Formats: sequence, C-alpha cells, structure tokens
Amino acid sequence: KEMTVRDALNSALDEEMSADPTVFVMGEEVGEYQGAYKITKGLLDKYGPERVVDTPITEAGFTGIGVGAAYHGLRPVVEFMTFNFSMQAIDHIINSAAKSNYMSAGQISVPIVFRGPNGAAAGVGAQHSQCYAAWFGSCPGLKVLAPYSSEDARGLLKAAIRDPDPVVFLENELLYGESFPISAEALDSSFSLPIGKAKIEREGKDVTIVAYSKMVGYALQAAERLSKEGISAEVINLRSIRPLDRRAINASVRKTNRLVTVEEGFPQHGVGAEICASVVEESFEYLDAPVERISGADVPMPYAADLERLAVPQVEDIVRAAKRACFRAK
Amino acid sequence: ESALSIETSIPFIGHRIDPPSRTVETTPNELMDFFKTMVLMRRMEIAADSLYKAKLIRGFCHLYDGQEAVAIGMEAAITKKDAIITAYRDHCIFLGRGGTLVEAFAELMGRRDGCSKGKGGSMHFYKKDSGFFGGHGIVGAQVPLGCGIAFGQKYSKDGSVTFTLYGDGAANQGQLFEALNMSALLDLPVILVCENNHYGMGTAEWRAAKSPAYYKRGDYVPGLKVDGMDALAVKQACKFAKEYVLKNGPIILEMDTYRYHGHSMSDPGSTYRTRDEISGVRQERDPIERIRKLLLAHELSTEKDLKDIEKSARKEVDEAIAKAKESPMPDPSELFTNVYVKGYGVESFGADRKELRAVLP
Repeated sequence: KEMTVRDALNSALDEEMSADPTVFVMGEEVGEYQGAYKITKGLLDKYGPERVVDTPITEAGFTGIGVGAAYHGLRPVVEFMTFNFSMQAIDHIINSAAKSNYMSAGQISVPIVFRGPNGAAAGVGAQHSQCYAAWFGSCPGLKVLAPYSSEDARGLLKAAIRDPDPVVFLENELLYGESFPISAEALDSSFSLPIGKAKIEREGKDVTIVAYSKMVGYALQAAERLSKEGISAEVINLRSIRPLDRRAINASVRKTNRLVTVEEGFPQHGVGAEICASVVEESFEYLDAPVERISGADVPMPYAADLERLAVPQVEDIVRAAKRACFRAK
Repeated sequence: ESALSIETSIPFIGHRIDPPSRTVETTPNELMDFFKTMVLMRRMEIAADSLYKAKLIRGFCHLYDGQEAVAIGMEAAITKKDAIITAYRDHCIFLGRGGTLVEAFAELMGRRDGCSKGKGGSMHFYKKDSGFFGGHGIVGAQVPLGCGIAFGQKYSKDGSVTFTLYGDGAANQGQLFEALNMSALLDLPVILVCENNHYGMGTAEWRAAKSPAYYKRGDYVPGLKVDGMDALAVKQACKFAKEYVLKNGPIILEMDTYRYHGHSMSDPGSTYRTRDEISGVRQERDPIERIRKLLLAHELSTEKDLKDIEKSARKEVDEAIAKAKESPMPDPSELFTNVYVKGYGVESFGADRKELRAVLP
C-alpha cells in the first residue's frame, strides 16, 4: 500500500487530535482554507474552530500564544506556512519555548510542535527557500525532526505531538505529493517512531551517505547509481536533527570508513559540519578518506532556474563526492 | 469585622467602557494585610539592592519598590487559579503569589533552594502551582505568552483569567498588538496590565510613545486608567476586569505607578529624571504611606504598631537572607537537568566533551 507524505501528516494529526483533546492546531489558513498545503484538510469540519484555529498573518503573536497555551498544559501544533516565516517568531521558539523548562527547574514544560515546510521549494526565491535545520538544531531544549518518507511523516509527527518538549518539525513542500510504500504497522493509530534515532535506508559497505528530508531521496538515487559502478553505499536517513544519532552515524562510518554528508542548507556551521565534527571526534582513526560535504551553495537562493539548480545539491553531486571518497574520481 | 467603604484617590478613566465605582469595599484585615505585605516587599527589594552591591547577586536585578500596590491590589481581586505572567521585574509578583522570601533570596544568590533551583536568576522566578508563569527576560514577549495561557483557560473552560504584565517600554512592542488582536478575535480572558512607571529603561514614556495613553492603545479593546499607587483602586480595577474579560474578551489596565530604583542595578535612575521628581512621588503618592494613613485615620492601628510591623519585616527579611546564604550552590550535575522533560538518554556535552558529558534523563 502507498500513501503520500501529505496524507501521512494529515492522518497523523487527525489521529492525535482524536486521541487527545488537548491537542489543537493553529496557524495561517489551517481551517477554512484547509491548509495552504492541505496538511490540515478536513480537520476544521471534524474538530471545530476551537481546535483548528485560523490566525492572522502575525507569526510573533500566534507563536507566543501557542507557547503560552503549552505553558498552561495544552498540546499546540503551530503551523508555519513555511519555516521562513518562523523567523518572525524565532524568539518565542528559542527564548520562550526551548528554555523555559530549564530556567524554571522543570516547573514549566512546553509540549508544543512547530511544523511546516522547510528548505527550498521551486522558483520561490531567496526569502522563501532556506533550510533552518542547523539553526534550530543548535539550540538545547528543542528537538528537531525532519521526515523523509510517509512512514517517517506519520511516525515522527505522532511522536512529536506526544512528546513533552518543544519539537521543531521540518517538512518539505516538494515531498508532500510524493507517494511511499507504507506498512500496516505504520498505518496503525498507535504507531510512532523513536525521537533521536536515525534509520539505515540502504545498507552498504564502501561509503556512508548521511542525509535528511528530501536529500534522503537523492542519496538513495545516488546509491543506486554508485552500485552500478561497483560502489556499495550505505544511506542513513537522520530523521532527527536534534538529538543527533551520533551512535548510528559513527557505527556506519566505522564499517565503511568513508563519509559523505548531504543537506540543502548553507554549508557554514551546517548539519554536515556537526556530523563531520562528531566523526572526527569519535572515529578519526577509522576514516580512510577526508569527509565530503554536499550542501546548498553559500549564497541566498537565486530565482532563475539554471542558477537555482546550481544552488541546491543534485544527485550527481552526491555520486561525485562518494566516488572521491572512494578514490574512484577521475 | 466591619466592612469599610473607601473612595479611590482619583477617578478611573475609561476608554470605550464605563469605569467601575470609585467606592471600594475593604476590611480592616485587608488593609493590615496590604500594609504588611507591601512593607515586606519593599524591605525585600532594599535588601536585594544591598546584596547586589555586596556582589552576592550577579548579573541583572530589577527592583519593584514603588510599584508594590499593583502586585497586592491584583492579588486581592483574584485567586491562585487565575494566572499571572510578567517580565523581569518579578520578585514581588512571586511573593504576592505565595512564594517565600527564602526561595526568592536563594534564587537571587543562585542557590539550590531558589524557586528555580538557582537556574533562573532574578528575571526567572516561577510558581506554577499558584498560577505564576514567570519571570521573562525579553521585553514584550510575555504578552503573547499570557494571551496563550488565557487561550488554555478558555479552552479548558475553567473560568479563570490571565493577567499579563508589561511596562510602558514594552507597550510599544509589535507583538503586543499582534497578540491583542488575536485575543480580541478569540475573546480570550486576558487582562493586559500596563505597569506604567513612566520610564522604559532610561527613556521617558513621551520620548518612546507618540501616545503615552496606554489604556487607549488597544483602539478597539477597552481600557481603564488606574492609580497604580493606590492598592484599593488596583483591586477594584482588577475585580472589574476579571468579570469583564470572562464575558467579553480582553481589556487593558494602565496602572499609573512609579519605580524608585533605576531600571536595573547599573542604572542609578537619576540621569533621565530629577531627584525632586522621585522624592515628590515618595511624599505624595507612596503606596505604603497611603495605606498607613488609612489605617491611622480609621483608627485601625497605631503609629507604634505599624512601626513594629516594619521592624518585624526587617527581621523576617534578615532571617530569610541568612537562611538563603546557608543554602548550597546547585550540584554540578544540575547543569544537565531540565534541559528536556524527556531526554531519551541522549548524551549532552560540557565545554570539553572529553572531560564533561552527561546522559540526559
């Protein structure tokens, strides 16, 4: 059986709202409009305007209200139409949500989910195309998840909503319409995935490719091409940016002795940089080649199609880097 | 005991609303309690000033002396099921919610017995079990948070309300208007309490606000201007506001008040206002003196008894400080607690991760 990521997210929200009356969703056009990307489709009809709250276009205000509602014990799911707009509200995510449990020595927990599409869509220019995984991933007190497949989307969103801490849930617009095979187990309403655990999407022995979100698909395509050239690539789907599954990454690198990181975000201080540091710290003596980093270009996202293509990782970039790591580059 | 009716010093001024009566019902016990609590609050803040100067309190420390009537008048009108959230001038709000002096001083000195176990500091006092949600360090951010708490109260239909406090400095923050707009759309039971002490840090209100009539700044949201130096006026306004918001959604209460100290400990509080202005307020509008005069005028107490109360407040504060000083610093292992409610056994790192790391519970 197959399911789109959109339906996976929608069904996860529906099931968690049905299971727990303290769960509610709020954001721009989540109700009457049925969601800018239709992730909240049908929820208003089913749960009513008290639990599916349309907000004005005022991120700082509604994010603060969401965090306050979580202080009071509700479980808000705050939708950003895209994570680019979360910058208007980043103070509430970092200062009001992530730090309160610590500052209050455990008195004020913040069970909230911030979700929405993150990273580059297509042709929307610099202010609507940025990956915030590294930004939120650097902040203690937050958990940061990035699903790839429909199983990820269902299992991780359910885990995020049930979690007692603030979770930043980074979706990808271009994956919403993609269909993935889904198991009966993952369709069960009790299903959830563990936070902080990566998934080995494809086993291999020659090189480890670590990716998250849409780049997992690219990494799998790259692995397929590499296999035709006799290179066996292991593909790790991070699923969780924070906590980062350092154990899974290092175990894989200790097996393959080579590492390629792939992300859509900017290179400097990125997720790949953190993974590289972890491997250098924990598994330096296992490395047979320099770590390769594939990332978005170090520029604001351009609009023109040819320039945009140059600004985001392509499958051939991953293939090339893996071959370099295996000393198979021409 | 006999109930008393006392006229507020000056009338309330309403914006899009008929103000409540100037005649406030009270009792001798309530007035005595106001006096005692405000004296204790005042003494706590003066002592904090000394502890800061003795370097026992670190970093920031924002004192509330002068504004006490707002904290106690508000408490007299509401219950602990109602919520309060404020900015960083939070010591006396904490005390008003039932926090203890020892918890306050221990937190100020970063000790284990502090209300946040020494992890919050002066700006981050909390007492969630009595509806006090902090203690926030980012100017204005507590306003949407307070509206969110009110969202939770309306959602759970428990009939309680939230008082979200901010100063005249924060009154110009954009997010305040965003949150107020949504609160009005959703009819949230939230009272925005503008504690107008007339200076946002070191900037006079008229230099920061084109319209310093903060009770009118909600435009479509009604407001009330209140003498924030008169505890009975504050009580009357808060009682009125609680009833109002449960039926109609948000209201703004502008409390005309004054802080005797500077904005924080690095501000002597004298470069942007005159000494005469401060001493004038002390002589004519001081919230403690107002209650003292009432108690004496109605022959509910004597000069001597009130002096004794002040003496015993001093003693109580000194004892609390001594006790707080005995409290040890937090255990180093506390560095890694409360980062998450659920840490999933993930590793977290100190400065030198080879030397210091912990498994998060």
